[in-house]
Amino acid sequence: MSYRLGVDVGGTFTDLLLVHEKSGQTWSAKVPSTPADQSIGVLNGIQRVCGRAGIDPTAIDHVMHGTTIATNTVLTGTGARCGLVTTKGYKQVLQIARSYVPGGLGGWIIYNKSLPMAPLACTIEADERVSAKGEIVKRLDEKALRTSLRKLKAQNIEALTVSLINSFANPSHERRVREIAREELLGTPVSISSDVVPEMQEYERTVTTVANSYVRPRVDRYVNNLKAKLGQVAKDVKLHILRSDGGLASASSAAEYPVNLLMSGPAGGVTGALWVAVQAGFPNLLTVDVGGTSTDVALIQGGHPRLRRETTVGDVTVRASSVDIRTIGAGGGSIAHVPELTKALRVGPQSAGADPGPAAYNRGGTEPTVADANIVLGYLPEMQKLGGDMVLNRELAYMVVKKVGTALGLNVEQAAQGIYNIVNENMVGALRLVSVEQGYDPRDYALIAFGGAGPLHANALSRLLGSWPSIIPPGPGVLCALGDATTAVRDERARTYVRKFSETSAKEIDKILKGLASDASRGLEEEGVKKSEITTTYQVDVRYHGQGLRLSVEVNLAELQKKGLMAISDKFDEEHKRLFTFALPLEHELVTLRASVQGQGIKIKRQTLVSGGSDPKAAVVGKQKSFMDDKGVTATVYDRAKLKSGNRVRGPAIIVEMDSTTIILPKHTGHVEKSGCILIYPDNYKAQKKVASRKSGKK
Amino acid sequence: MPASIVQRNKKSFKKVKVDTVTIDIIESALRNARYEMDTVLFRTAMSPGIREQHDEFPMIANTEGKMVVGQFGSFIWGFMQGYDGTVEEGDIFLTSDPYSVNGAISHANDWLMLMPVYHNGRIIAWSAMFGHMTDVGGKVPGSLPTDGTTIYEDGIVVPPVKIFKGGKLNDDVLRVVLHNCRLPEWNLSDFNAITAALRTAGTRCIEIAERFGDDVFYSAMDAMLERNKRAMRALIRQNVPESKQHFEDYICDDGLNMGPYRIKCSMWREGDNCIFDFTGTDPQSISSINFLLNEEMFKMFAGIYMIMVFDPQILFNDGFYDLMEVRIPPGTLLKPLKPAALSCRTHALGRIFDILAGLLGQGNPDFMCGAGFSDSPHFMYSGYDKNGEWYQLYQITFGGIPGKPFGDGPDGHSLWPSFTNVPNEFLESYFPLRIDIYETIADTGGAGKNRGGNGLRIGYRFLEPGEISIHDDRWLTYPWGANGGEPGARSRKLLQRADGTTRLLPSKIDHVKVETGDVLIADTWGGGGWGDPLERDAAQVSFDVAAGLVTVKGARRYGVVCNADGKVDQVATEALRTEIRMKRGPKKIFDRGFESIEELKGRCKAETGFDPPAQPHFTKWAAVAAEAMMRKKGIKAA
Repeated sequence: MSYRLGVDVGGTFTDLLLVHEKSGQTWSAKVPSTPADQSIGVLNGIQRVCGRAGIDPTAIDHVMHGTTIATNTVLTGTGARCGLVTTKGYKQVLQIARSYVPGGLGGWIIYNKSLPMAPLACTIEADERVSAKGEIVKRLDEKALRTSLRKLKAQNIEALTVSLINSFANPSHERRVREIAREELLGTPVSISSDVVPEMQEYERTVTTVANSYVRPRVDRYVNNLKAKLGQVAKDVKLHILRSDGGLASASSAAEYPVNLLMSGPAGGVTGALWVAVQAGFPNLLTVDVGGTSTDVALIQGGHPRLRRETTVGDVTVRASSVDIRTIGAGGGSIAHVPELTKALRVGPQSAGADPGPAAYNRGGTEPTVADANIVLGYLPEMQKLGGDMVLNRELAYMVVKKVGTALGLNVEQAAQGIYNIVNENMVGALRLVSVEQGYDPRDYALIAFGGAGPLHANALSRLLGSWPSIIPPGPGVLCALGDATTAVRDERARTYVRKFSETSAKEIDKILKGLASDASRGLEEEGVKKSEITTTYQVDVRYHGQGLRLSVEVNLAELQKKGLMAISDKFDEEHKRLFTFALPLEHELVTLRASVQGQGIKIKRQTLVSGGSDPKAAVVGKQKSFMDDKGVTATVYDRAKLKSGNRVRGPAIIVEMDSTTIILPKHTGHVEKSGCILIYPDNYKAQKKVASRKSGKK
Repeated sequence: MPASIVQRNKKSFKKVKVDTVTIDIIESALRNARYEMDTVLFRTAMSPGIREQHDEFPMIANTEGKMVVGQFGSFIWGFMQGYDGTVEEGDIFLTSDPYSVNGAISHANDWLMLMPVYHNGRIIAWSAMFGHMTDVGGKVPGSLPTDGTTIYEDGIVVPPVKIFKGGKLNDDVLRVVLHNCRLPEWNLSDFNAITAALRTAGTRCIEIAERFGDDVFYSAMDAMLERNKRAMRALIRQNVPESKQHFEDYICDDGLNMGPYRIKCSMWREGDNCIFDFTGTDPQSISSINFLLNEEMFKMFAGIYMIMVFDPQILFNDGFYDLMEVRIPPGTLLKPLKPAALSCRTHALGRIFDILAGLLGQGNPDFMCGAGFSDSPHFMYSGYDKNGEWYQLYQITFGGIPGKPFGDGPDGHSLWPSFTNVPNEFLESYFPLRIDIYETIADTGGAGKNRGGNGLRIGYRFLEPGEISIHDDRWLTYPWGANGGEPGARSRKLLQRADGTTRLLPSKIDHVKVETGDVLIADTWGGGGWGDPLERDAAQVSFDVAAGLVTVKGARRYGVVCNADGKVDQVATEALRTEIRMKRGPKKIFDRGFESIEELKGRCKAETGFDPPAQPHFTKWAAVAAEAMMRKKGIKAA
């Protein structure tokens, strides 16, 4: 029978989740990652998880994989040597970029710009010109181009990008340059900007296309190697890669457009969180994935993660759709310090990373980290072993946190509490970016925390934001793999189409959107998705003529036919009002048209826990002196594996499991659900809710 | 009479002790609120200057109006002194009059709005923001007339008015103001956007106060100011010597063929206090290059400069204001008397930063940056297209960032915070022009161990007849090099007519008629270099040559001999470096590229194509009025 496998490769562990397609039964495994050749870890994991399920690996049909390979290639600067062809006069498009210097007034004093992904020495100009309307103003000088390309050959480039001015309006010159380049630079892969991202704005289009070329060879090698290795254990297996926007791409499409994979890893977490939370009945969610060096947060509205039209990795921002995930440098390894001049307590963004890691790991770390503070606070009891087998050196943790206390005039517990509070506040800052700044009130959302360290902070974060309940999913450490396994195949096509509403018609829009949809569906059909299983959604980006923003508005074709363009403008006005408190009596303008197509996901059988009444006594494994809300308390420690559905775990409590620890603060209670989730609510939740609804005028 | 504040709740705030972690939390919550103001504004504003280029400045201040988070320092005190009326719950104020707010904004294009944040019947904070409107009427499109001689020519000047009274929009006033602007729908949208940003900040402040209590919020803001003061006191003591440092720099001309204008500043320390004295600065100009400099804003500039150079972790706010004293004699270029024209103050505003670099650097040459703040050159293009529709473009361009102790200056980047360029494809889609060239100019960055950034060349091809304006500077004086670094190149503007003729354009000019097919080649300045160019790694020079950022000839300024691919001849390089070392004089802390103004003027025509500007003459009335003013205050005239 057929099985599908979700695989998430992290820096330390490779997580796998195997699903039996028909019954929906699941098995999971966690094995050490093998950074030198990640496929080795994956194969080890396959052996382990198949062993648990008692199946032969050949029974696996589909492998769905979230990968950080593209991101790491950008972050470590280890991509291909890229050549670039621009329009004459635009050679320095990446050098000048948007002329932006970060850091506020005077920020330039300390700003050192990183080098462009396509070196200027490998950039040539094509003598040609297309106007913004797409007319050819100057024909391409092919002879001169060939001469320049021959010179470029000496630079030993591994990939070539072509990005010409206004190619979004007329790609014919870019295509011709590609033809010529293929003749002149035999065997070098060529990307053209009108293929990768046919949208206005020359810098953004160029940097996106170059980024695509830059990561392409490495991603290609990685994907093909993995595919080959998988083929050895499971013949005919289909490999799919998770994209930044939470959809799945075939291995070949992933290798061709790897710029769409920059958020592949974290997107798996969001998808997994979504799946769990929807099962538990919470379609509106804030997701928090706390790792060793960083925290990823996202917002899910009505069961759909919010997407944005750009992806940022390090200091590179590209035009590729991704789940709107914000990453901040706050995690277990974040370092706390007290600057001499201000005597303020700062946590992060510097991190002790995995090596040397927090002081308590006893690998030579000497700086106080968030993990050390958690130990001082008693949040990681003796019986908790990180990743199953790591022994923590508590004395080292005390020693380093004490340094912070001395600098602030606080005792060691107070200092640790301070570190814990500040890192929570930093995470709240990121959560605000995806909620209040987008016009969403966090009090209307539940919060789901995962990653090994997420459940340590969940209760505190929910309290700061008023986001209840705090959801602790089963297996918080393998949630990404679950996301990978449950994702549906998805694709989209977009086109820049700048028109004032008076210059176009509902009929024209309808026609273009349908054309985009059929283009997008073709890829899915090639993947073996049945036409009847494909659902299509349409969006258009709109603004008031003269504005710089663009808001995505969902378009319903039936409504468009009935109401005309008003169907779009009304929705836009409403959205504008929600976000910015006002609408304007001005003409609307279309910017981009987009069609998204999606196949069906897989159904996974709901895990159910055995019922066990409200008393969780049977799961108690000890007591732990700890420090919560500025006070010394004795917390009860529970083994998560022994908790039963219906149990009520009252704070102060600590729940331990193989790869994660959950904190329940005093005056809060964790409700163990049938689905395996723990839902944490404040004890006075109902009273609180009443006050809130009175204030907002709701009944 | 200053404004009177109406508060239902008469109880004053209680100063309570707030633990350091709570202060940190409130600090980051306020900082987030300030960034949220930016986000709201950028997304909804229409003036490209605000929307794409981010020429706007948000702020949150405490009950007394001291800036707790923001960039340009507080102007609320100045406003309160200048506003004769009440401040009540639900009010929002609007002004564009620099003279009413002691230079908190410095030209009429900047619309400043401020809002008291009330909670439980008392003001718990202020939110404020100003942004540059593309047009506010007046004698030229863009409202920045180079030849303006009074502020009345600049456009509509709005005194402080209550534009929202008790939460209700005063739409009659708004209608009058908008009626005087060339692009009223842009102004309206920007106005709405600023209002939305202010209210967002207000909501956040109330949330924080509700979470922690009014007294804690109040006390925490106080503590944030105190924390900053402590840090700055240490910085000032470490870095500002007691002996007087002097520095002067220049505005090349005033748009009326007179110049250069001198800006002079002295700096010294007395105990914990740092004093800046602008005595020696030229009198106010009869044209529009005057910059009404707010003393508090200058303190902020100086403070930020020190923080960025010495300890970027410090959050800057108004806390350290007591530690600085700024003396600007009235009637000068930096403290002009009403009704002097102010619209083209951008040159002097930029130059203030070069002055700061020069002043603070003398005590710590290792930490000094080269000069780069020519200013923010403006380009404007307007007219009626073939459909009879009005088009009007206002664009800020950029140049070379100076070399600095920490590395090279980027090429063609912005010295102003969060400013970005406008994508050329966007310009070509919305305006009748094509950008034929958009690149930086090799060798225009000053040579140095750390190279100054190259200036930018933009080739504008006009597709409709219209008029252009240019506002730039540093066409005569150079952005100087520091610590052995060489100066960056000057700016230059050349108009190539469709008929084949060419014309050099002065750096400040309005009403230049252009025809279809004309091309303007607009070159901006390069950044000054930092450190001895001979100490730059030859491999770095080679890299720049291969990239086309430095030419083979330009490499010789670094004593590097190489070919066009950047391949270095090691032996020839050693020989050339030795030869230069032998020939040159002692290392200069500043290299201005000239000996004296007279010497510079002597070669002006040959080098720039223009006759040297004449010695400026000044108005009598301003001098007399300034003297009377100083006499009243008991100060002797400069």
